[in-house]
Amino acid sequence: MSSAFENGALADEVGHGTGTGSLARLRYMADQIARNFAAYGDEKAVLATADHIDMYWDPRMKAMIFADIAADGPGQGRGALSPIAGAAIDYLAKGNHPEHQTRATEFNASDEGGHSDAG
Amino acid sequence: MGFERQKDFGTPEVQSDSQVSLTIDGRDVTVPAGTSVMRAAREAGGDIPSLCATDSLTGFGSCRMCLVEIENMRGTPASCTTPVSPGMVVKTQTPRLEKLRKGVMELYISDHPLDCLTCSANGDCELQDRAADVGLRDVRYGYEGANHLASPTDVSNPYFQFDPSKCIVCSRCVRACADVQGTFALTVDGRGFASMISASQAEDNFLSSECVSCGACVQACPTATLQEKSVKAIGRPERAVVTTCAYCGVGCTFRAEMRGEQLVRMIPYKDGKANRGHSCVKGRFAYGYANHQDRITSPMIRDSIDQPWREVTWEEALGFAAGKIQAIKAEHGAMALGGITSSRCTNEETFLVQKLIRSVFGANNVDTCARVCHSPTGYGLKTTFGTSAGTQDFDSVMDTDVVLLIGANPTDGHPVFASRMKRRLRQGAKLIVIDPRRIDLVRTPHIKAAHHLPLQPGTNVAVMTAMAHVIVTEGLANMSFINERCDTEAYADWAAFVSDERHSPETLEAVTRVPAAELRAAARLYATGGNAAIYYGLGVTEHSQGSSTVMAIANLAMVTGNIGRPGVGVNPLRGQNNVQGACDMGSFPHELPGYRHLSDGDTRALFEKDWGVSLDPNPGLRIPNMLDAAVDGTFKAIYIQGEDILQSDPNTQHVSAGLAAMECVIVHDLFLNETANYAHVFLPGSTFLEKNGTFTNAERRIQPVRKVMEPANGYEDWEVTQLLANALGAEWNYTHPREIMAEIARLTPSFSGLSWELLEERGSIQWPVNEKNPEGSPVMHVDAFVRGKGMFVVTDYVPTDEKTGPRYPLLLTTGRTLSQYNVGAQTRRTDNVVWHQEDLLEMHPMDAENRGLKEGDWAKLASRTGETTLRVRVTDRVAPGVVYTTFHHPATQANVVTTDFSDWATNCPEYKVTAVQVMASNGPTDWQEDYQELSERSRRIAGDAAMEPAE
Repeated sequence: MSSAFENGALADEVGHGTGTGSLARLRYMADQIARNFAAYGDEKAVLATADHIDMYWDPRMKAMIFADIAADGPGQGRGALSPIAGAAIDYLAKGNHPEHQTRATEFNASDEGGHSDAG
Repeated sequence: MGFERQKDFGTPEVQSDSQVSLTIDGRDVTVPAGTSVMRAAREAGGDIPSLCATDSLTGFGSCRMCLVEIENMRGTPASCTTPVSPGMVVKTQTPRLEKLRKGVMELYISDHPLDCLTCSANGDCELQDRAADVGLRDVRYGYEGANHLASPTDVSNPYFQFDPSKCIVCSRCVRACADVQGTFALTVDGRGFASMISASQAEDNFLSSECVSCGACVQACPTATLQEKSVKAIGRPERAVVTTCAYCGVGCTFRAEMRGEQLVRMIPYKDGKANRGHSCVKGRFAYGYANHQDRITSPMIRDSIDQPWREVTWEEALGFAAGKIQAIKAEHGAMALGGITSSRCTNEETFLVQKLIRSVFGANNVDTCARVCHSPTGYGLKTTFGTSAGTQDFDSVMDTDVVLLIGANPTDGHPVFASRMKRRLRQGAKLIVIDPRRIDLVRTPHIKAAHHLPLQPGTNVAVMTAMAHVIVTEGLANMSFINERCDTEAYADWAAFVSDERHSPETLEAVTRVPAAELRAAARLYATGGNAAIYYGLGVTEHSQGSSTVMAIANLAMVTGNIGRPGVGVNPLRGQNNVQGACDMGSFPHELPGYRHLSDGDTRALFEKDWGVSLDPNPGLRIPNMLDAAVDGTFKAIYIQGEDILQSDPNTQHVSAGLAAMECVIVHDLFLNETANYAHVFLPGSTFLEKNGTFTNAERRIQPVRKVMEPANGYEDWEVTQLLANALGAEWNYTHPREIMAEIARLTPSFSGLSWELLEERGSIQWPVNEKNPEGSPVMHVDAFVRGKGMFVVTDYVPTDEKTGPRYPLLLTTGRTLSQYNVGAQTRRTDNVVWHQEDLLEMHPMDAENRGLKEGDWAKLASRTGETTLRVRVTDRVAPGVVYTTFHHPATQANVVTTDFSDWATNCPEYKVTAVQVMASNGPTDWQEDYQELSERSRRIAGDAAMEPAE
């Protein structure tokens, strides 16, 4: 884990922002989710990332990134995502729905009260 | 029955386990031990005249009016400073007391103007009442002696005036400023006959002093000395209606004192559970925006945003909006429609807006401003505790021994709560502040933080992890709590993670810039100082690891066992008056009211049956994704109630690109705000004084909002939403918000016990309120976590992608100030502008000097996203390398520079970390000038005098 603020001249040249275009933004978001679950260990991180996207992303967002995952060119498909994120999207694109990995994706049953929002 | 103030018992209420019985004027009275004789007499239905006593302040004993005779006690003790004792026999009226009181009053009146009939306190003056009570008939000293009658009045404060000629130096104002507010701006200057109340130094007036205009002194003043200017202008109120403030998440209760439909003044309600009789400048005085000339009261439409607005009837506006929505739905499908609910409107109104979007528009694209403030709180606390929302009530701070304040500035953002916290800190509780900036609380009268950790913006998780490292490796974890209430496997994993050397304060110091010794001391204090409570705000959530920081905070509370009783807990300081309510009412795109996910068939069926439609089972778009989809061309129409995303959301250019790409933008608001520059339909809204409903504050407390005047625009906001729904064929027929509340109770288990009648009876109630909790729930997780065991979650520090570099070497963070509220839509249209006319850039002297900048200079603030210009304030509150500004003025365009980065779990924008450069400038940027032009063009209203050609 490196210090966030020790970069030299390179910092300004490296691409900034979440990328232009919606697909680039979705990839960024998926990668970011994966990075934050990485501490769980690879296998759990893939499922947790998939669970999060399954429960929180709108159908258009899912459709866009699922459509891309099968592609194979440079800057496309799984190659354009981090390993954990790529595995998670692949898992979801095949029609799988993971079990709840954290309580963040467990919501109230229809007759349950209390608790609160996540997301 | 004329106008009446709330009953004043003279000295504060005392809690005690033992009761004391005594006799007052032949009547038996029983009160808690420690109560004053004065309060006992008043609680028993009698009265003792007083001038320097009021029940928000402890007894002072200076005016000598409240003297009583007590059997077996010498002389005539003051009843306000004499505590009751068992078997005491008190007489409150005897010939001796009568003479003494007349004598005291005579002295007061010998140096007091005799203009009662034209005085602004006529009929509402304690001095007048006491003179009547004691039977004063003449003043034997005459009026030719030295006096203070020629003292000039101080009118510097925009809302109240100070007339020393009427002052009786009871010092209630000084004590109120000290004990209730905690600002200590007032004092009694001089001695004896020369005593006079002074704000700050002799050469200061109220405005130039430290006074924050909270109004506590005005409320405490028994005469016309400190008086609201509105009372002077209008007259004495005739009736009072209890309602809830519409500014921040504290949710103060006020009495709106009226003459007819004219609001004379707002006085804090003593029985308000959130504020207990106190207020801040905004709720107390800044209500003038309701009558500001900028307020729009007729609907307006236009075909495209470069045209001027056309004022039309409600029918035409609604028909126009409905027509456009239906056309878009037919061509692009329901998924192209969406809306944003308001965190400032009532629960009932928010419920209707999300119902409109889900059942009438037919999509789940609804979101709220909680997205940009506390959505990480929801995510983080739900993951760790199983339920989120503050665990305590505000009163809990009085039982705290150690306050850990992270990323919050309560003296500016939640002032009434801050005053309570300061009271507890002055009693001896310790304070730890984690903030890049030296906020006021670090060093304020009679309070000094035990530790201030000025971390680098963006390193919250690193600091939390380092603190956890100290607690676990030094053996300070509360193992009995963990074994009993938490998941022990998760604890073991987490403890191993934080114990690693790479998470020690020494290793992380390079990243956080917090000296390791300070951090260790702070962690030890939190773990061992007694009841420790964490209070946090947007400095925690508005980061790319906001959710992770919240989870790290929850981990700290669990590892030290600081959960489940008064005085501890995790307390998110929620910003808006009804953001908690907006979340409860199902404003998020993935869930229905009551936090039930759309994919749950049973829940959907429940709503489908009640609403008579079928619902889309897929989650909808969050606000940033709505804007992305708009630019992509798949999102075309939006109904925005009471929100100004163009000013408040990050990366202004992205927001304006999204709005410009839509075909039908409906803005429902009080004013033509920034978002309205891109709107096609404008529906005028109503203020909180003009509607009935409820707000839910940061304590989960549901409080009533009561209508005191007819809406200037003709309809309450929920009626407008209903009209729009019906124009689209919905056939709704609500006649009063109580019916909406009944529907909410029917469909939502947390509120199943809630009803308008219950609220009227109780005054306020904290949810959940249902069969299990018929009285509501002040403290949560009392014996165990409400849902399962507490879950420790490993939170690895992931640095933000927003990096400084040679071209952008400084870090910008943002915040709020006391006198302005959020985007300033309301407060900029009141006299509060006298305190904060523009947003300033706070900069350390070293950084300023390196750039040749001095106080008041114009500077260009540039980031990779955009640039803007504002003036500089040089201060050492910020560390070198960090700059700070507020976002209350649209001209500043602070969000032009903020980035697209956001929290990984909730997309809460990373407002608090932007890499910037600052340099001298000689005026506004091109963007600011273009925006100013666009703004002016978009606000033209056809038919305005300004548009007509000169003859």
